[in-house]
Amino acid sequence: MKRLSRDEIAQRLARDIPEGAFVNLGIGLPTKVANYLPDDKEIFLQSENGVLGMGPAPAKGQEDWNLINAGKQPVTLLKGGSYFHHADSFAMMRGGHLDICVLGAFQVSSDGDLANWHTGEPDAIPAVGGAMDLAIGARSVYIMMELLTKEDQSKMVAKCTYPLTGLKCVSRVYTDYAVFEIQPGGVVKVIEDCAGVGQEELLKLTGLPLTF
Amino acid sequence: MINKIVPTLQDAVAGIADGSTVLVGGFGGAGQPLALIDALIEQGAKDLTIVNNNAGNGDTGLAALLKSGQVRKIICSFPRQADSHVFDGLYRAGKLELELVPQGTLAERIRAGGAGIGGFYTRTGLGTMLAEGKEVRNINGVEFVFELPIVADVALIKAKLGDRWGNLTYNKTARNFGPVHATAAKLTIAEVDDVVELGELDPEAVVTPGIYVKRIVRVQA
Repeated sequence: MKRLSRDEIAQRLARDIPEGAFVNLGIGLPTKVANYLPDDKEIFLQSENGVLGMGPAPAKGQEDWNLINAGKQPVTLLKGGSYFHHADSFAMMRGGHLDICVLGAFQVSSDGDLANWHTGEPDAIPAVGGAMDLAIGARSVYIMMELLTKEDQSKMVAKCTYPLTGLKCVSRVYTDYAVFEIQPGGVVKVIEDCAGVGQEELLKLTGLPLTF
Repeated sequence: MINKIVPTLQDAVAGIADGSTVLVGGFGGAGQPLALIDALIEQGAKDLTIVNNNAGNGDTGLAALLKSGQVRKIICSFPRQADSHVFDGLYRAGKLELELVPQGTLAERIRAGGAGIGGFYTRTGLGTMLAEGKEVRNINGVEFVFELPIVADVALIKAKLGDRWGNLTYNKTARNFGPVHATAAKLTIAEVDDVVELGELDPEAVVTPGIYVKRIVRVQA
């Protein structure tokens, strides 16, 4: 048994992005996916702050702070890329024009509900950004996360206890143990046992009635 | 002759009244009109409602405006950041009201305000805390949340080039909220890297047509 590292999860997810896809990578862990997109496929990265055709980070010394990504880090623009204002950028998302968005999560329910913006703790300062727009807007929402919390609780749950980001919006969950597909009617299907722990162990870890 | 170019930053922010709602451009630091914000701090208008994607970074720009005590309320999508200590402190001390809005809903509320639209239905936020108390309507079998427009007294934005009629172009992702904000305020003020003669901006490339802009001030980069 060997769980995937965060980079390996990103690499595994990147394999499922087809040529020609319009993709938004959320801030944090999902930005790692950009490092593993295959060179032989043309894939369009969208950033919420008004870029389509986003390229990799610039070389040291070449940073332009007028050209940043959603995480406010300097990026580059590919040939053929474009800029647009914020209302257009979010119309792209909300209008269903993005094929895939990749987001992190605190919890995903077997119905595909997503919780990823707020711990709900009384002293927490809430910040939602574009998460709710992406969750309902992209045609497929792929979640990238470690399956268990630090306390070994499954983040795949029957019902989310953290404040929700979107209802029934998640298509797939890529974790260090397995890749899960959320199917209609609250069915969670394991489409790959990445760590090779076996069906019994995945059932035990998640506590969900998985199908295989 | 129409000339919207004003000579100084003091002229640019003159007349901003206490209690104003002010749209401030920028996504983090990109596109934040730092010189206009500093001028507004000096001008001293109080009891302001600020609309921005964030709630200030570090101790300059929007963070400095919050620190000055001139702001009563902020409407934004993503206040909490690694360097949002000014906001964090004021919010935790109960000295700053926060209205948290999903980023796309924020942009669209401002767009609606500028376009004279009385509100819109969106799927964003449905079933979440941020839709509590809002009207939900089923349209063709899909549920949507009703959101109200945002209109403002003033917009402070940053652009790359401007001419004396108020036409503007922007610089890469520093465009972000600028063109949307420009449409939704009674008094839109732009700081630009450079002023050009009428006709120098390619009409096909003008992003904000001059109708939306009242004052332009040149601030050398």
